Amino acid sequence: MSAAADELGIAHFDYLLQLADTSLVLGQRLGELIGHAPALEEDLGLANIALDLIGQARLLLSHAGAIEARGRTEDQLAFLRTQDEFRNLVLAEQPNGDFACTITRQLLIDAWQLELHEWLQQSSDAQLAAIAAKAIKETRYHFRFSASWLVRLGDGTAESRQRAQQALQQLWPYTREMFEEQEADRLLAREGVAPPLAALESAWRARVAGVLGEATLEQPAATPYRWHGRRGVHSEHLGHLLAEMQYLQRAYPGAQW
Amino acid sequence: MVANPAAAAAVVHAWTALQDVMDPEIPVLSVVDLGLIRRLEVDGAGTLEVDLAPTYSGCPAMAVIRGAVETALRAAGLGPVRINDVLAPAWTSDWLSAEGRQKLLRYGIAPPVTAVDTPRGIWRAPTIVRCPRCDSASTEELSHFGSTPCKALYRCQGCLEPFEHFKCI
Repeated sequence: MSAAADELGIAHFDYLLQLADTSLVLGQRLGELIGHAPALEEDLGLANIALDLIGQARLLLSHAGAIEARGRTEDQLAFLRTQDEFRNLVLAEQPNGDFACTITRQLLIDAWQLELHEWLQQSSDAQLAAIAAKAIKETRYHFRFSASWLVRLGDGTAESRQRAQQALQQLWPYTREMFEEQEADRLLAREGVAPPLAALESAWRARVAGVLGEATLEQPAATPYRWHGRRGVHSEHLGHLLAEMQYLQRAYPGAQW
Repeated sequence: MVANPAAAAAVVHAWTALQDVMDPEIPVLSVVDLGLIRRLEVDGAGTLEVDLAPTYSGCPAMAVIRGAVETALRAAGLGPVRINDVLAPAWTSDWLSAEGRQKLLRYGIAPPVTAVDTPRGIWRAPTIVRCPRCDSASTEELSHFGSTPCKALYRCQGCLEPFEHFKCI
């Protein structure tokens, strides 16, 4: 393989992991709420969203394994990589916190996935395009759920508004890494695999601003600090999450369902 | 394949056999009613190929359905069988057969209402979902999500009974 093709192959595999890991980690977080959500309807809603996200992660991880061509399966990629090898957005691994925090994290990621899946339907990677065309139908429902809840919380009681604003202040700094462009991102955009991040960012900003406006919430100011989950640099929370998620395969390697 | 009468007969036989393979969560609907079977064909080596469209990415019933399809086809003497998961075009609730919609209604689940021609259809709840029990048009959505990925929760304001609605995607 030539050096250029090799570079593209590595970037492509890495990109698929970024998408898959964000869905997987967020799905795992939402799974923690099963049986603990504030009301039955929200319990069902969050569990359903978790299920969709894990399903999307499975398809993406299988595809990543095929692109990598070293025989790694979806299970090996999900359960046998260490924290440094995970490529999810740091936002996805943040703890559930209160309901306002869970919903705000969901809205910020749903809006990102919505724009992403919309674009990826035209990706030059046909399998990724097929996964996105399937996922977007689900993502629209997720966004409808999180957006309608954030509006209810923000434009609700003094208490719910204060909590929603606080969650937004806390989580907003993590959104910057969604659009932090690396050389690999430019390469993938040139090859038509992934969207140019500048276009994705403006679409995301417009969509989020629309929801925040309706929710009467204030968009926090930009902060200088940046996270780099997409490059494998994570907050302390991911390790704890993986310890639980990967326990069975670590304790009983190769265990089958 | 058209030239091979044995293969053509096997395909017809397979379609009939699959009408008895039911969804494990909605046992009145067969995989054919759900529009999951996209293609049945016998290849040159005599293997029956089945293109299966998964519904939701994470639907846990898909593994059971895949197994049931294979079991039914083998039991009908149609093996060897190869099942291909086909992602594109993505499955849509528009593929539910007319018969499938009637079965859903009789089972107490409101069938998908509108055709999903634009993404906009998903943003709002369908304008009118009629109660499967009393046919009242006065119903309200309680939850976008229900007991399985494919259903939402509704309540009828006529007979006051809660019911499920098969989502339009």
